[in-house]
Amino acid sequence: MRLRKVVRLRRVDISKHELVPKHEVLSEEEARRLLEELNISRGQLPKILKNDPMVQKIKAKVGDIIKITRKSKTAGESVYYRVVVGE
Amino acid sequence: MRIIPKKVEGIKFGLLSPEMIRKMSEVKIVTADTYDEDGYPIEGGLMDPRLGVVDPGLRCKTCGSRVGDCPGHFGRIELARPVIHVGYAKLINKILRSICRACGRILLPEEKIEAYRQELRRAKRIGKSEEPIVEDLFKAARVVKKCPHCGEEQLDIKFEKPTTFIEDKQRLSPIDVRERLERITDTDAEVMGFDVAVARPEWMVLTVLPVPPVTVRPSITLESGERSEDDLTHKLVDIIRINQRLEENIEAGAPQLIIEDLWELLQYHVTTYFNNEVAGVPPARHRSGRPLKTLAQRLKGKEGRFRSNLSGKRVNYSARTVISPDPNLSINEVGVPELIARELTIPVIVTPMNIEHVKKFVRNGPRKYPGANYVERPDGARLSLARVKNIDELLEKLEPGWKVHRHLIDGDIVLFNRQPSLHRMSIMAHEVRVLPYKTFRLNLCVCPPYNADFDGDEMNLHAIQGQEARAEARVLMRVQEQILSPRFGGPIIGGIHDHISGAYLFTQPGVRFTREQAFHLLYASGIAKPLPEPAYVEDGREYYTGKQIFSLLLPEDLDLTYRAKVCRKCEVCKEEACEYDAYVVIRNGRLEKGVMDEKSFGAFAGELLDRIVKDYGTDKAREFLDSVTKLVINFITWRGFSTGIDDEDLPREARERIAEILEEADRKVMELIRAYNENILEQLPGRTLEETLEMRIMQVLSEARDKTGEIANEYLEREERRRKHENSARIMAVSGARGSLLNLTQMAACVGQQAVRGERIKRGYSGRTLPHFKVGDISASAKGFVRSSYKQGLSPLEFFFHNMGGREGLVDTAVRTSQSGYMQRRLINALQDLKVEYDSTVRDTRGVIVEFRHGEDGADPSRTDWGQMVNVKKIVQRYARKEAA
Repeated sequence: MRLRKVVRLRRVDISKHELVPKHEVLSEEEARRLLEELNISRGQLPKILKNDPMVQKIKAKVGDIIKITRKSKTAGESVYYRVVVGE
Repeated sequence: MRIIPKKVEGIKFGLLSPEMIRKMSEVKIVTADTYDEDGYPIEGGLMDPRLGVVDPGLRCKTCGSRVGDCPGHFGRIELARPVIHVGYAKLINKILRSICRACGRILLPEEKIEAYRQELRRAKRIGKSEEPIVEDLFKAARVVKKCPHCGEEQLDIKFEKPTTFIEDKQRLSPIDVRERLERITDTDAEVMGFDVAVARPEWMVLTVLPVPPVTVRPSITLESGERSEDDLTHKLVDIIRINQRLEENIEAGAPQLIIEDLWELLQYHVTTYFNNEVAGVPPARHRSGRPLKTLAQRLKGKEGRFRSNLSGKRVNYSARTVISPDPNLSINEVGVPELIARELTIPVIVTPMNIEHVKKFVRNGPRKYPGANYVERPDGARLSLARVKNIDELLEKLEPGWKVHRHLIDGDIVLFNRQPSLHRMSIMAHEVRVLPYKTFRLNLCVCPPYNADFDGDEMNLHAIQGQEARAEARVLMRVQEQILSPRFGGPIIGGIHDHISGAYLFTQPGVRFTREQAFHLLYASGIAKPLPEPAYVEDGREYYTGKQIFSLLLPEDLDLTYRAKVCRKCEVCKEEACEYDAYVVIRNGRLEKGVMDEKSFGAFAGELLDRIVKDYGTDKAREFLDSVTKLVINFITWRGFSTGIDDEDLPREARERIAEILEEADRKVMELIRAYNENILEQLPGRTLEETLEMRIMQVLSEARDKTGEIANEYLEREERRRKHENSARIMAVSGARGSLLNLTQMAACVGQQAVRGERIKRGYSGRTLPHFKVGDISASAKGFVRSSYKQGLSPLEFFFHNMGGREGLVDTAVRTSQSGYMQRRLINALQDLKVEYDSTVRDTRGVIVEFRHGEDGADPSRTDWGQMVNVKKIVQRYARKEAA
C-alpha cells in the first residue's frame, strides 16, 4: 500500500522558523531617512524579489524597503536593508 | 581643467556588413606582394601607404598625420567566393536547422514565434539574459519536419566542424548558406536574438574581408637589414594568393572540381586567419614550423591582449633582482644595489628652497651617484642628462618649476613585492638603503609575509613617483604597519630560525655575562640604557644574566604573563615555579621568569611582540624587533650553535626499548589479523569489518610510532643533562625555531607508516604490494610501515614504500598550488572593486551597497586579539596588577 502524505505548505508560518530573520517594512519616513543617511538612491540598495515568501508574508510592495534584523555570530545582531523589486 | 564625469550607458556588439567594410576601407588590396625591389611598399599591396604609417618621418597618405597620430586605416579584400566566418559557424548551424529551406521562415507557427517575441521583449526590459530563450526557440524549431508556413518538407542538416554544412548528403556551399540566411525576415531574425540594425544573419558569411591597418601588424627590420613581416601579414598574403587563383580559375572557366578545391583552401586560410587553434583544422605554420599567431591568439589566454596588456601592464621605474639577507638592516629597510639606484629615479620639483641641493644631482649626471637622469621643463619636455653636452648651461636655466628626476637615495620610500602576491603583505613599502653589490637585501623578519627565502628568489621594486602615493605608502604600507596580520590578528612579521634558538639560549637560567660582554651585546643591538644592578658578584666580578639584558629591550612598564612554547602542558600548572622555565612573567618591563622562544616574538606566534604592537604602537614594535634580533644573532654567533647527525644518537638502552615497542606493535597487528580471521573482531559503527581492521591496524602503528618518539625524546633530553651538552636539534624543535618533534622521531627512532590517499599502501600486484610478500599479507611491513629511522637507513623495501608516500606529497602540492591559484584569481576578479567607504558600508564602484557593516561587526581583524574582539581574561589580569601596585 502506498502512503501519501501531503504537506500543506500554506499552513506553515515561515516567519516562525528559527532560520528566518525578522523582516519589516520601513515606513515612508524611515525609508527616506535611511536613503538620506546613506546618500543613495533606491537602486543602490541590495534587492529582494517581490515573490520572496517573506516579502509576500509581510505584504510588501515593489519599491518598499525591508529591514532585516538577523542574528550574527560576530556582532550579536546585524541589520540589513533590501528594496523589493518585481521579477 | 574641469573633469566631466562620463558614464558608459551600455555596450553594443554587432557584425560588420559588407557595405560597412567597403565604406571603412581606404584601399582595395589586390596583390600579394608587399614591397618592390627598392624596398618601397607596392600600391594595392598589403603594405599600401594608404593603410597608415609605421616609418618615422613619413606622412600618412590617407590622413596626412605622422607616426604617433595616424591611427592606421583599413583596407579590404574582395573575396572571389564567400566563406563562412569560423567564429559564427556554430550559430549558423543552429539557425539553418531552425529555418525553412524554401521560404526562410522560422519553423514554428506564427503564434509560437509571437510568444517567443513577447518573452524576449520582457527579458530585455528587466535586464535578464536573452540567451536561454533563443536557445529554447532553436531547440523547439529543429525538431519540426514540415514548414508550418509553406509546407516544405525539411531535410536533416549536418554540421561538420568547423565550417561545413551537409543537407541530406548534399554539401551546402557558403553561397547556399548565405542565400538561406538572406531569406530570413527582419522580424524573424529579431526573435533569434539579432538586432538587425547592426547584425543581419547573412553577414556571418563573408564576402569582403577587412584588412587591418599596418599599425596592427607592423613589420620589424632585423639587424641584418632584412624585413620580417607580422604573422597576420603572412596570413593575409596567403588569403590574397588563393583568392587571386580562385578568381582566375573562375574566369577561365575551370572545372567545378578545381574551383571547389581552391574555394576550400580559401576557407581554410580565412579560418586560420581568424583563429589558428580551431579543432579539426591543422594550424597554419611559419616556415620554421612555428604555428602562426593569428587574431584569436592575440587576444586569448594568459599571454593574450586582455590578461597581459589590459588587466596588467609593464611599468617603468621598477627593478628586479635576486634577494639576499642582511640582519643589520631594519625591518623597514631594503638594500638597493647602487647600479639599480642609478637607474630608478624620483621626480623632484625645483623650488627656491631646494634648488642648490637639486643642482648637485644634476651636476653629477646619470653616471655619478647620487645624480639625476633627466630634467623636465615646466612645459613637460624631458632632457636626458646623458645627452646634454653643456651641463653648466643647463644649470643656468634650471629654476623653480622645473622637475629633476634624481637617483634613489637613502630614505626614499619604495614598494617591494614578491610574487605570487597572495595577500596585502606581499607588497610593502620600504625605506631605501643604497648598498654595494647586485642583490636586494632585506631583514630576515620580513621573510614570512613575503614567503621569501634566499635559494634564488627574486623580488620587484617600484620607485614611487607621486607625493600622494608616497604619503599613502608610508602611512599605510610601511613594513612596521603590517606586523599584525588581518588573517589571524597576531604578528606575521617576527623572528625566525636562529632568532628563536638564540633567544631561547640567551634567556636560559644560568646564562651570565661579564660587564664587558653585556656592554658589547647592548652596543651591537643599538641599546643605550644603563645596566641594572648585577645579578650576582663572584670572586669580585660582576655578572649579568641573559634575562637581565633582555629586559633592557622591553618597554619599562610592560606587564605580561603567558606560557612559552616549551610548556609541557602539565595537569597542574606550577606557574612561576615551573621547572622548565616555561611560565613567562614580565613585570614592570623586567623578564623575571621564563624563557624566550617562538611564543615571545616568533612570526605567527609571538605573544610578547603582539602585546608590544598593540599596546605601544608600531614604532616601538619595530624598534623592539630590530634590537632583539640583533641582540640574539650576536649572542648566538658568539656562542656558536650547530647541529649534526650525532644529535640523533640514542643510547643502546633506548634503541632496545624502541625495538621492543615495534615488536609489540607487530604482535598487536598479528593479533588483530587473527581476530579478524576468526571473526571475533569487534566492528566499528558505520564501517565494514575490513575497514575496521585497517583502522585498528593504522591506530596501533601510529601509537607505536608516537611511543618510539617519546622514548627518543626522553633519552635525548636525559643525555643532554647527563653530558652537560645541549642537543641543538632538540632545542630547535622545542623552542619552535625549526623542525618538530615528529621530524626528530623520524630521524632518531622510527619513520612510521607510509600512506597513499590516507591509507596504508595497497597498490602494486594483485593481493600484495610487492612480489616479496605472500598474497594477502596485510602485516605492518607488507603494507608500508617503515620500522627504521632515517639515521639507521631504510631497507630497500622500506625505501620503495617511502618513495610512494613521498611522491604523492609532491603531486599534491603541485595540484594544490595550481588549483588554489585559479580559485584566488576568480575570487579577486569578483571582489576587486568592493571597498569599505567612510560610512563603513561596503560598496562597489557604482555605489551599490553590498554590506552595511563589513563582516556585520565592522571589526578590523588585525586589531583583535587573535580573532577575539575582547579578551576578558587579559583585561582582568591587567587591572588586577594595577590594583596590586
